[in-house]
Amino acid sequence: MAGSGTAHLRAEGEAMLRVERLVVEFPAGRGATVHAVSDLSIDVMEGETLGLVGESGCGKSTTGRAIMQLVKPKSGSVAFLGQELTELRGEQLRQTRPKLQMIFQDPISSLNPRRRVRDIVREGLDIWKLGDAESRTAKVDEVLDTVGIDPEAAGPRRPHEFSGGQCQRISIARAVATEPKLIICDEPVSALDVSVQAQIINLLEDMKARYGLTLIFIAHDLAVVKNISDRVAVMYLGKLCEVGDPDTVYEQPAHPYTAALLSAIPVPDPEVTPIDIPGVSGEIPSPLDPPSGCRFRTRCPRATDVCATQEPEMRTFAPGHFVACHFPIAAGESPALETVAPNSDYRRSNTSPDPPSLWRRRP
Amino acid sequence: MKRHKKAAPTGERFEAAPLDGPLLAVEDLHTHFHTSRGIARAVDGVSLSLERGKTLGVVGESGSGKTVLARSIMGLLPKSGTERTGSITFEGREIIDATDAELRSLWGSQMSMVFQDPMTSLNPVMKIGKQITEMLLQHLDISKSYARELALALLQSVGIPEASRRLKEYPHQMSGGMRQRIMIAIAIACGPKLLFADEPTTALDVTVQAQILDLLQDQQRERYMAMILVTHDLGVVAGRADDIMVMYAGRVVEKAPTKVLFSELRHPYTEALLLSIPKIAAPSHTRLLSITGRPPDIVAPPQGCKFSPRCPYVQPRCIEEEPPLVEAPTPGHEFRCWIPVGTPESRAALEANEAAGLASAAEAAKAAKIAGVHANGATTATAAPLAGGPHVGGS
Repeated sequence: MAGSGTAHLRAEGEAMLRVERLVVEFPAGRGATVHAVSDLSIDVMEGETLGLVGESGCGKSTTGRAIMQLVKPKSGSVAFLGQELTELRGEQLRQTRPKLQMIFQDPISSLNPRRRVRDIVREGLDIWKLGDAESRTAKVDEVLDTVGIDPEAAGPRRPHEFSGGQCQRISIARAVATEPKLIICDEPVSALDVSVQAQIINLLEDMKARYGLTLIFIAHDLAVVKNISDRVAVMYLGKLCEVGDPDTVYEQPAHPYTAALLSAIPVPDPEVTPIDIPGVSGEIPSPLDPPSGCRFRTRCPRATDVCATQEPEMRTFAPGHFVACHFPIAAGESPALETVAPNSDYRRSNTSPDPPSLWRRRP
Repeated sequence: MKRHKKAAPTGERFEAAPLDGPLLAVEDLHTHFHTSRGIARAVDGVSLSLERGKTLGVVGESGSGKTVLARSIMGLLPKSGTERTGSITFEGREIIDATDAELRSLWGSQMSMVFQDPMTSLNPVMKIGKQITEMLLQHLDISKSYARELALALLQSVGIPEASRRLKEYPHQMSGGMRQRIMIAIAIACGPKLLFADEPTTALDVTVQAQILDLLQDQQRERYMAMILVTHDLGVVAGRADDIMVMYAGRVVEKAPTKVLFSELRHPYTEALLLSIPKIAAPSHTRLLSITGRPPDIVAPPQGCKFSPRCPYVQPRCIEEEPPLVEAPTPGHEFRCWIPVGTPESRAALEANEAAGLASAAEAAKAAKIAGVHANGATTATAAPLAGGPHVGGS
């Protein structure tokens, strides 16, 4: 959006993880640069679940990976438990790994197909020499049991013998085995069926309560994110649009993009005719050449000239609710707009050249 | 417009039937795969009928047989190891035993399919324009230049900006949503009467999902096409399908007009599917209802009701005997359950299971099995913690 700024961050020292002005860029050849994450700030308190939502290509996974230092940020700071991760190298960085874990999207390919379940879960404990051999075995049994996998029956098997949901349970067991402080869940349920998805979400909630975890939950499904999060951050093209507590944000979205995302969710109710719901048209612009000013303006029904020239800063919309938009949707105002952007020829990128009649309401 | 020029060189062309009766009628269709472990009953006695211009939503988890059903009707399954029995009539004509040449004359011009994964269903080394004109030249007796014009018009009608430039591009140069639009353009190119959309939006973002579903619906209205929309998400079909069919383990467990299904659902599986969707309106941290266990192994399905190992209402009868598909009082509504949801019996069953201290449906099922008179040795029941082996079908 949208915008940069740090108004939504809590006081320094309070948060467990504080990411400030994070910039991640990748070279794309021929001098081009992918602006994956641009000036993003976010923080997570201990015991909190932060939901990070956005369309594919908005940089949410890159943010997760940059926090883990799996990709090196170009600039910005990532402070985890008071330690600046971006300055760490080699062994020092490795020492932070047991406290920071990750769960990936594709449960089957994120487990080594040649290893047995018990060894997969145990590996972290062996590497860190946590406890003696006996207590490690006990720990593996305990975590497998808490994720709902029978350690006796499943321990000697290999990942291909399990379904996607069960593999995701094993991934969760592996992640919690070293007793991490923070787990980054990168789309952990999007490859699963609805029924299994519900099981995994419930399991993550249980694990959080049991092990006192802090989670960053990255997903594109807003309903899933709302269900699990204490705070949501909506991302668009490498920037944050809106941050707040999920009930408030979903009840009263202030950013036009959040409103558009919310309206696009299919409702399991036959009385709602989806074609009457205004959606956002076009696709996310290319991060190779992001629009100037507010990055959402090319698809935004409220965009004016100022959006093209000036980038909106994150500011307080209501207590605990922050938005980066020049023209946020005021309380009581319907987000279902029929206006067409006055500056309708902003078409900067080659992937979203759709005509900007963005919010459609058909007869 | 002459049709099927190249498709049926031997004269085995498909003659259109008169416009009465349903467009598609499937009677007692069974699709069985012969695997090394035994027979996988991927589709097990499915009947359906679809009128022109209507939409049927087929819903179920992975492995419920919904994709195999769509492919069985299209005749897209491999011949070896596959056994199809029953009847499929398209425009009044039996097509289950159609020859390859007959099927080729049907595909594209009479029925076509949009697949789940737009990334892998386009040819990566062929330009978009060629992929569309290939289809047009195959089925319509037109010149190459006219085919190119038609391809351009098609791309425009599916909402692709700068269509003339896109015709000369390769699939990798486009986003997932764009590729799915191209898949739709190819599928509707020759004006099929029936379109299968197999999880057309599962690989896409929510905003793009809404656009693609709107596009499918617009094209369907414009062309008076019938559509079979296969999905695992009840939310996707809720506002868009005329009828919904819920499948489980290769069988229809409930079938009804959309509004009836949502207001008067009778099958515990339909209820569970609906309850496990996180609701945007529900407050954060609402505990989701999840279906315990997983779909049954279709090579060795449980005896009795296929859903009984996971059903919270399960009673001894469900484990012994499979319920038939019965008609509900509302016309067009059918379900397959001994103790349908919403009846006093189902409430009593649920209370009894809860009172017995059975935390999960799997336990309830196990207990019902132990209590059951019919303690059969076969490996029925229990949501086994381990996968049985390869599951045929699914999406």
